[in-house]
Amino acid sequence: MQVNGEWRPTIVAFCCNWCSYAGADLSGTNRLNYPANVKIIRIPCSCRLNPLFILRAFQRGADGVILCGCHPGDCHYTTGNYYARRRMTLLFSMLDYLGIERERTRVEWVSAAEGAKFAATMNDFVATITKLGENRRLEDLRCKE
Amino acid sequence: MQRIGVFVCWCGSNIAATVDVEAVSEALGHEPGVVFSTNYQYMCSQTGQDMIQEKIHEYGLTGVVVCSCSPRMHEATFRKTCEKAGLNPYMVEIANIREQCSWIHKDKAEATEKAIILGRAAIAKVHLNAPLTAGTSPVTKRALVIGGGIAGIQTALDIADAGFEVDIVEKKPTIGGKMTQIDKTFPTLDCAACILTPKMVDCAQNEKISIYSYSEVEAVKGFVGNFHVTIRKKARYVKEDVCTGCGLCTEKCPQKKVPNEFNLGMDNRRAIYIPFAQAVPKVATIDPNYCTMLKTGKCGVCSKVCTAGAIDYKQKDELIEREYGAIVVATGYNPIKLDQFDEFAYSQSPDVVSSLEFERLMNAAGPTSGTLLRPSDHTHPKTIVFVQCVGSRCDGAQKGKPYCSKICCMYTAKHAMLCREKYPDTDVYVFYIDVRTPGKGFDEFYRRAVEEYGVHYIKGMVGKVVPEGGKLKVQASDLLDNRQLHIDADMVVLAAAIEPDESARPLATMLTASMDTNDFFTEAHPKLRPVESPTAGVFLSGACQGPKDIPETVAQAGAAASKVIGLLSKDQLTCNPCVAQPDELMCNGCSSCEKVCPYGAITYVDKEFRGPNRTTLLRRVAQVNPAVCQGCGACTVACPSGAMDLKGFSNKQIMAEVDAICR
Amino acid sequence: MQRVKEKAIELLTSGAVDRVLGWRAGEFFYDLTPAVFTSAEEVEKDFVYSVFSGANLSKYLIAESRKGGKVAVFLKPCDSYSFVQLLKEHRIWRENVYAVGVQCGGMCDAEKLKEAGASGLTSVREDGETLIAETIYGEVCVEKDKALLGKCQVCKSKKIVCFDELIGEQGEEIPDNHRFDEVAKLEAMTAEERFAFWRGELSRCIRCNACRNVCPACSCEKCVFDNHDLGTDNKAAADSFEENMFHIIRAFHVASRCTDCGECSRVCPQHIPLHLLNRKFIKDINELYGEYQAGADFETKPPLMDFTKGDCEPSVVYERGGANA
Repeated sequence: MQVNGEWRPTIVAFCCNWCSYAGADLSGTNRLNYPANVKIIRIPCSCRLNPLFILRAFQRGADGVILCGCHPGDCHYTTGNYYARRRMTLLFSMLDYLGIERERTRVEWVSAAEGAKFAATMNDFVATITKLGENRRLEDLRCKE
Repeated sequence: MQRIGVFVCWCGSNIAATVDVEAVSEALGHEPGVVFSTNYQYMCSQTGQDMIQEKIHEYGLTGVVVCSCSPRMHEATFRKTCEKAGLNPYMVEIANIREQCSWIHKDKAEATEKAIILGRAAIAKVHLNAPLTAGTSPVTKRALVIGGGIAGIQTALDIADAGFEVDIVEKKPTIGGKMTQIDKTFPTLDCAACILTPKMVDCAQNEKISIYSYSEVEAVKGFVGNFHVTIRKKARYVKEDVCTGCGLCTEKCPQKKVPNEFNLGMDNRRAIYIPFAQAVPKVATIDPNYCTMLKTGKCGVCSKVCTAGAIDYKQKDELIEREYGAIVVATGYNPIKLDQFDEFAYSQSPDVVSSLEFERLMNAAGPTSGTLLRPSDHTHPKTIVFVQCVGSRCDGAQKGKPYCSKICCMYTAKHAMLCREKYPDTDVYVFYIDVRTPGKGFDEFYRRAVEEYGVHYIKGMVGKVVPEGGKLKVQASDLLDNRQLHIDADMVVLAAAIEPDESARPLATMLTASMDTNDFFTEAHPKLRPVESPTAGVFLSGACQGPKDIPETVAQAGAAASKVIGLLSKDQLTCNPCVAQPDELMCNGCSSCEKVCPYGAITYVDKEFRGPNRTTLLRRVAQVNPAVCQGCGACTVACPSGAMDLKGFSNKQIMAEVDAICR
Repeated sequence: MQRVKEKAIELLTSGAVDRVLGWRAGEFFYDLTPAVFTSAEEVEKDFVYSVFSGANLSKYLIAESRKGGKVAVFLKPCDSYSFVQLLKEHRIWRENVYAVGVQCGGMCDAEKLKEAGASGLTSVREDGETLIAETIYGEVCVEKDKALLGKCQVCKSKKIVCFDELIGEQGEEIPDNHRFDEVAKLEAMTAEERFAFWRGELSRCIRCNACRNVCPACSCEKCVFDNHDLGTDNKAAADSFEENMFHIIRAFHVASRCTDCGECSRVCPQHIPLHLLNRKFIKDINELYGEYQAGADFETKPPLMDFTKGDCEPSVVYERGGANA
């Protein structure tokens, strides 16, 4: 995405409804800044995140995708984030194996009380992706403007 | 195509100061499907809500997007608003442009652009929303309480008091639990039996309460409002309805050498026994491990002396099937086994006792009829050392528990105080790491023990206890004086850590209720839902959830009962409509979804499908019970074919949001 | 080899089964494809079990076991893993299947024989570790090792995990099979090199779906890539993204269910080493969650449908070795 002639990465953050989405709300309540290029999609649980959604995001122009969920052991549905953890570990490893920059995907556990952690995570993630530059390896040229 | 209305909220200046709300409503007004778009100062106000309703009618809206604060704040509000205007409440989506936009961004242009994108994502999702109707399921108006200690008793009494039927399942021959073994209660020093046994009798006499004593839960199926439970009523070889509890058999039984568990093995009972005089139900039970008749077929004394003819050596375990709307877990606790704490010589000397054993030694119904005597030589102990935190607050996982058992500080103060009161000639020492007395009247109680009763409280741990010449040589350190202490004690009392009953874990598995690493049941929310398990319809009462003293247990029991009453007073339960839904035509029947479902909401059926050329195909397909499914979505990703989808958060909806954000 | 054909005839003649699932020669004698035989005569005429019977028959049982009557199937060790995995997933109706385990000394690739100089093949016979190929130009001897299918060169097991009857000896697992060597080699490359490698491979994909159609784990009633309603359909490799997407998702969907039967690579007309994707998942699973072999038993939960509280974090991907850009 271009802002004032300057490239800004597009970041999709999938947040579980119970912990991380609330954590994101809290960072808002506490007025903790993070870049506007982070857009949050609310999902019920981190285990709802289908690898298809991540690839779809990259296809449509995302430069980084991050999943935030309850800390392991604190899942609202008791076990959801444990499944998510295995799925994402394997998926990220596969993306890395295909030579797709491993920094473009991340999982971070953020509780409803960790507004500061949410903001810090997003700042760090945006900085990492900005440094990395545009997503070239998993882009779909047909979706480019 | 949906007809969507967009309502952008200023939230006073909360949003409007950093987001150009006019520009947002203008931009979103051009999105496909959007037939109306506006902004207003306070969308959640009555005027704002009236406007939404008015526009729904005016424009025939089929979907509504509200760009406002977090859906966690007002999603429910706007859903209700729309429902009142005749729109399905699940046709509403919220774009969070306050917490996740205006409050975190300073640059107005940037924030405005982001708000537009968030709005687009919400619009894209609404396009794919479908009206959802929350299903209902009926509620069986009967509760099951598992465990008949003070927690279970109180819960059952409270539920019964509200007019609902309740069954208590207790694995022991009598209800009453640990409290029956306790002599006096802190901090008031009233007699435990005097306050407990009337409640036990109340249970027995209450026509709403059925007690299944000497019984265990064998299997649990079903879900909130509709549990199907199998109870195993163990054979007690005595007809419960015939036995009068006269106790003659328990005096005549020739097998006299059975360790009496009620007194923790410090005296003996017969093979046929009534645990204690106030047992409820007051019915004899034959212990099959010791009964000569059951083991060899020769004896039959009890049968001969029983004038009521209640003895039945041929009795079998009985399986009882019952339906319940709610289940309360009240499985309680046990002191940990002290065998591995060799440093305190628990296994070597009978005069090293646990606090619960000490409780029996002080109790009028105990093995010494209430006179404090050393178990070894039945002499009166002159020097007593109490050791606190035995197995509590242990670091590492070698032995003991990482947590504080909570009740030991107070009961040790009680024991020390009672010793000094009854036997002023005894020296009483208490070794502690910390004395924790956060409870009403607790600290005063502890200070009385020190100040009025002259109990020696010493901060430090006992390193070793060595039995020698009839004495117990206690080596300890006094951390405040920084010196080693050597005390020749007559008795050592160990405040053993408490742990959940061993029946808790298999029960948790049956209930699909979650537990922490220490096998305590976890609550749905540690602060806001402390008596509910995360599994709907399962409630927690007493020490099964964490160490508790009696008043706390009773309070929690009442709280659990009130939650149960709240549930049972409903005729129908409204289910969360955002549940998983399989597409039968695409389902492989592979069980992947079933394996990851934490609620056991998925079952399989063989179903006939039309095949090509008028053939029928029998296929195994998944079915979701919407009353059980909580909508986490684990199954949707486990499903390789994408047959399993989640209503309200469908694959298509989430991908539409992704597309809207990334484009 | 002859015993397999005899068994097929015996089972049909005795009426023990109604159909036999085996192999039939195509245009060339080495071009064997799975086929269903309904009579002893058909078997006599067309049934072939030879060093070219590489095709895994287990997947065909999904349909065959539901057709009524009993079907016999011949399962080589690696096929038997797929068979068990499919049984575990309730895809095959076990009661309608008569499984004959067949020990296997490795299956051959006619292409490799040709590369070794045996073009114009007319017949091939085994003589110990040597293949004697009759060609129109005369007899050519090739070491069998050199002509083995890729999957057979790193055979993981000679154990037939499920059968009703066994032809030949029961075998053992082969723990020291080096099947992850190629994966490790790729892991050791830099991200750029890996990207270049996979671009080079996957860009050849013509989306013929042969890998999907042959894969016993890819047996969905409807594939997500055919689902127009879901918006995930993608049929032509119109953009390099689609090649990536298809193969990543396909590998992910079969992860922890893939038995590493190697059929995907065997059938790929573009010779894309697709097994390297599946093996990467298997290797990761083994390393991160403990050794797991799909289809080895009926009880163990597939690792992606299981967890432990102490599982590693996804950040392990950044922390673990392997060169980065």
